[in-house]
Amino acid sequence: MSEPLLQAVDLQCERDERILFRDLSFSILPGTVTRVEGPNGSGKTTLLRMLAGLNDAWSGELLWCGKRRSAQREEFLRNTLYLGHRPGIKPLLTPMENLRALTSGRCAVPDPVLRQALEGTGLAGFQDVPCRKLSAGQQRRVALARLLIADEPLWLLDEVFTAIDADGVSAIETLLQQRAAEGGAVVVTTHHDLRMPGMQRIVLGGGSSDER
Amino acid sequence: MNADVRPVLKLRDDTVGVLAAMRGVFARDLKVAFRQRQDLLNPLLFFVMVVTLFPLGVSPEVSFLREAGAGILWVAALLSVLLSLDHLFRHDFDDGTLEQLVLQPQPLFLLVLAKTMAHWVLTGLPLVILTPVLGVMVHLDGNSIGVLCLTLLIGTPVLSLIGSIGAALTLGLRSAGVLLSLLIIPLYIPVLIFGTGTVAAAAEGAQVGAYVALMGAFLVLALTLAPFASAAALRISLSNG
Repeated sequence: MSEPLLQAVDLQCERDERILFRDLSFSILPGTVTRVEGPNGSGKTTLLRMLAGLNDAWSGELLWCGKRRSAQREEFLRNTLYLGHRPGIKPLLTPMENLRALTSGRCAVPDPVLRQALEGTGLAGFQDVPCRKLSAGQQRRVALARLLIADEPLWLLDEVFTAIDADGVSAIETLLQQRAAEGGAVVVTTHHDLRMPGMQRIVLGGGSSDER
Repeated sequence: MNADVRPVLKLRDDTVGVLAAMRGVFARDLKVAFRQRQDLLNPLLFFVMVVTLFPLGVSPEVSFLREAGAGILWVAALLSVLLSLDHLFRHDFDDGTLEQLVLQPQPLFLLVLAKTMAHWVLTGLPLVILTPVLGVMVHLDGNSIGVLCLTLLIGTPVLSLIGSIGAALTLGLRSAGVLLSLLIIPLYIPVLIFGTGTVAAAAEGAQVGAYVALMGAFLVLALTLAPFASAAALRISLSNG
């Protein structure tokens, strides 16, 4: 059995004097898709932000490759891709410029590859139109183009299916499945009924959590 | 289960260099700003307006303006930098760019420094360039204008750097404007005193080397400490968001 990328031990998070979850333990293994489920306000986004390292108001332990994450923050950040529901798309810049800016801090990707990635998300012909002129779904697709070029082993995706049409949704599902087959680990939060063979589930809300 | 034969992606042990990442942040900020040019003009117009108010409101006498000119220009520059500070992180916070910035593998304080430098190039530097024109308007002599430009050139980056701490701290608040001013203006006072003091000394014919060196010390202090404070404040603001 391969070593888990990310391991959570007894996570507890409190928000506005309400305990969102407690004693939450799970492992994210390479080659798996994990779905975080739960009703609105059950802490799905909070959990994902905790895993990404954006939220520090929690207790418990997070291990990256078996060691405390806080001791190896840089290694963790280098190997993790987080897409939040505000995906970092600047309305004034074109999809190409946005994608270039977002990837330039992680690994320099040549322009033709970026262009191809945008075509791959159905934005052919829109690469050089300012994003504020694109629809909400198209703007999401600009962010999702990052998934086509990202080589980080761990993906944390918050509500990826929002504002995406049916074709797009199935394309993303295929992409996630491919990713898992290649050995990447994916954690998604979604209300969309995502079903994949071997999918791990983390259920939030009602205080219960189970694995698998 | 065939878990054992599953491939495992190799972990990455290299990343984009710090300088390249800083350049990326800097270039994006400039590009976004030039797509929205009217926002660039606002602090400049504000600067000109405030300076114009004094001859109109107090006295157009040459003696008064020559006496108060440097102070007026410094206060006006300080206020226009203050006015533009709220935009430093606000848009990035709203559209999620800031989350991605915090999650970049490079040290956050250096990325914040790049952002602050972009802010200075877009607001502080134009103010310095405009200063000689307004200096003539308030009847400053050539020597004073030169020294005034020098103090603003050293002083406005300090204003941007200190301001970035306040902007980062007030990011989570809905209307941060007044609180930001209350937090930051007290910290601006030493810079203002030494900035105007330098020009006053120059007008009296004294040597300004020591004053300029002190302002340089302010700049070095702000450059080395402010990015750390802003980076920490950003993490707190994002953690609550």
